[in-house]
Amino acid sequence: MALRLRLRRDLVCQQAVELVTDYLEDTLSRGDRRRFESHLAGCPHCTEYLAQMRVTITLTGSITPEDLTPVMRIEFIDLYRRFHATEAGTESATGPDAGPWPEPDPQDPDT
Amino acid sequence: MTQDPDAGLLDRLRSGDEQAFVALVGRYRDAMLRLAASYVPSRAVAEEVVQETWIGVLRGLDGFEGRSTVRTWVFRILVNRARTAGSRERRSVAVEDIGPVVDQSRFDGSGGWIAPPEHWIERTEDKLTAAKMADRIRTAIGDLPARQREVVTLRDIEGMSSNEVCGVLEISEANQRVLLHRGRSRLRQVIETEFGEA
Repeated sequence: MALRLRLRRDLVCQQAVELVTDYLEDTLSRGDRRRFESHLAGCPHCTEYLAQMRVTITLTGSITPEDLTPVMRIEFIDLYRRFHATEAGTESATGPDAGPWPEPDPQDPDT
Repeated sequence: MTQDPDAGLLDRLRSGDEQAFVALVGRYRDAMLRLAASYVPSRAVAEEVVQETWIGVLRGLDGFEGRSTVRTWVFRILVNRARTAGSRERRSVAVEDIGPVVDQSRFDGSGGWIAPPEHWIERTEDKLTAAKMADRIRTAIGDLPARQREVVTLRDIEGMSSNEVCGVLEISEANQRVLLHRGRSRLRQVIETEFGEA
């Protein structure tokens, strides 16, 4: 791969920005990591770029789920109750009130 | 495996506590919707998929043995349901976004910056600005190509490990990393464009 070959020499900025995630994920080879870090040491722009990626990740992580609205709460409680009304106690829920539940999915994994 | 943060809610749910159910729904509904939306054509169908998923969770409660976290289990049910509901076959990596993550015009012929990153990190010290940025990122995630959106949602909002994400989405570590890289790079660019100062 052209990128790999060129990495044997010094990195340029345009290559460095493509390696940021591999760097943060710690999946660079030792040599590539060294080249990446030595590039950063001499390049304030790429250093800032890396810092911005880190802050972007932090900002993304600060996104919290919006609270359920009261209507949604009622809907899900209703779903819960309907589930138990139709499934609890009736081994084969085939009556008219069996509910529109989808068939059990054998693919639902628990691994 | 480390302690499942949802273990307490799971216990309560198993003992029939409907408030625990609502709490669990509240915790994951947003991320589930975001994920489902990349498989199905409309918000309404995505909402249905989320509902079906929770029914699947209730139905599977007794059989769940805790070999994964509750979260991973829930999201795998979701992805299965969404795949069934959606028409798109998404097992192969769609070529939805190729090319460099930073616009080529920002570099000179030898690959050095001519338009270096604008500054914005300092502005996050202001809590209000940081909140605005996070809000902007929330919108921008919705605009990401579907596969990037899924990975960024699970990794960076939900805080899943790469391993967990690969398991939920059934993609390789390498794919996961590429999608994460492209997604994060786009989000950084959005923040720079709107909040950066040269």
